[in-house]
Amino acid sequence: MLTRDSRDPAARPRLLLSLLAIALLWPGIHFSELDLGVLLAGDSQSEIGHFVSAFWPPAHGEEFIQLLVQATLQTLAIATAGMALALLLAVPASLLASRALSLSAASRAGRPSPWGQLLRWPVRGVLIFLRSVPEIVWALLFVRAVGLGPTAGVLAIAITYSGMLGKVYAEIFESVDQRPAHALLQAGSGRLAAFAYGILPNVAAELLSYTVYRWECAIRASVVMGFVGAGGLGQQMDLSLRMFASGEVASLLLTFLMLVLLADQLSRLLRWRLA
Amino acid sequence: MTLHLSGASLTHSNGVHALQSLDLHIGASEQVAIIGPSGAGKSSLLNLLATALRPSSGDLQVLGEHAWQLSARQRQRLRARIGLVHQAPPLPPRQRVVTAVLAGKIGQWGLGKSLLNLMHPLDIPGARAALARLDLSDKLFAQCQQLSGGQLQRVGIARVLYQAPEVLLADEPVSAMDPVLAEHTLSVLSRHAREHNVTLVASLHAVELALAHFSRIIGLRDGQILFDLPAREVDRDLLDKLYANEQLQFSPVAPAPLSVQIPRC
Repeated sequence: MLTRDSRDPAARPRLLLSLLAIALLWPGIHFSELDLGVLLAGDSQSEIGHFVSAFWPPAHGEEFIQLLVQATLQTLAIATAGMALALLLAVPASLLASRALSLSAASRAGRPSPWGQLLRWPVRGVLIFLRSVPEIVWALLFVRAVGLGPTAGVLAIAITYSGMLGKVYAEIFESVDQRPAHALLQAGSGRLAAFAYGILPNVAAELLSYTVYRWECAIRASVVMGFVGAGGLGQQMDLSLRMFASGEVASLLLTFLMLVLLADQLSRLLRWRLA
Repeated sequence: MTLHLSGASLTHSNGVHALQSLDLHIGASEQVAIIGPSGAGKSSLLNLLATALRPSSGDLQVLGEHAWQLSARQRQRLRARIGLVHQAPPLPPRQRVVTAVLAGKIGQWGLGKSLLNLMHPLDIPGARAALARLDLSDKLFAQCQQLSGGQLQRVGIARVLYQAPEVLLADEPVSAMDPVLAEHTLSVLSRHAREHNVTLVASLHAVELALAHFSRIIGLRDGQILFDLPAREVDRDLLDKLYANEQLQFSPVAPAPLSVQIPRC
């Protein structure tokens, strides 16, 4: 029996939220037509088995390796150039969209003035638009516009990723303690200086880790966009799949693995240096 | 007249009336202590005077300017001439002490100089001198997260000393220090104020410190000024009235024995 002394006011909302989450999960499974039984059916198992068994040995001919190295470099270049372009847009947009630079928030207990909030909405809208169209769609568009090749991939990544980076950066800026920046604003500093002294030291590690993670995602995205002709490993993968050259597919997959591993290690190294 | 409040009230966004129609005049290079029980509005009053909070009604004049009638840019320029010491200095845990101290002047520096200073501290001797006055110069290149509460408070004070404002406001500046250090720090503050003709207003919970270091004492209770007197005219009766707490006196549970706790530093 719950007495007044031992009752937790948060217990009922927590229970209700848990029930709600379960209630929402069921239609999700139902409407996505998820049926795990298919995996156990005999013919699909042998089909997958055939495909996978041909993976060994991975292709390692000299000519193919050369092709692979070139495609890998191209993929890395697409991802890096795309990220660099995306950052050019994402950093100013995140500063504009975030409450972290609000001068009025410093003297209103953290709530920006209505005008400030109103002005942040268009920037948020732009960021939403940029990331709501998947990069593969942008890639298809740009392949039409600038022709087959890496340029389309770079532009597609730049556009979608600026939207994602801008949104998440803005949220990271707002998620840390705002008091250091507010104290600086209250001592007469400019917005950007207060940001650099009050917010940046707290967010640097998270920004870096998210940026490297997004770079890793950009590598994968550039692979997918290769299928629609935007160059790199993906284009090579498309060709190999069409020719049923399973050995080549295996080598390509191994290369992906290496790249993701590399990104992971890079992130760890940078975070360790920054800590 | 350096600080001038007339009929100023402050209501927080949660509806709490922190200050109720205060009238307060503090002249140039005066040294004033604000005392009062917890929740009396001492921090609110100091934040109000520092232009960190806007009064819900009434008027505030600082250094001859109506702070809330200025444009945002002019107000920032005015704020650069006001220094506020926070009770728990809001410093990023990974920032180095030298950067935290030099940040006192970014209101006076341009953006370029501020960013350059972030790459490489531009005035290491200045920061060291400010810290040395508080016996903390050995922590110049330590990270703020490595410091104790009392050391952080001293970093906050060193930042304001380095800022060299014309009005120095301090919100419980020595609350986490041991008695000897608190004494020393307060005398550093008041000597700095005397030497540079700075107006000093500090809130303190230790009444003896307030009486010993300040010539004018303001007693604040329930958001109103109970008394505003020279230090020598403040007597036991007034203090009892200021700190009287009916709820504690009539609580049915016997009060726990008081244990003297030396604050960490």
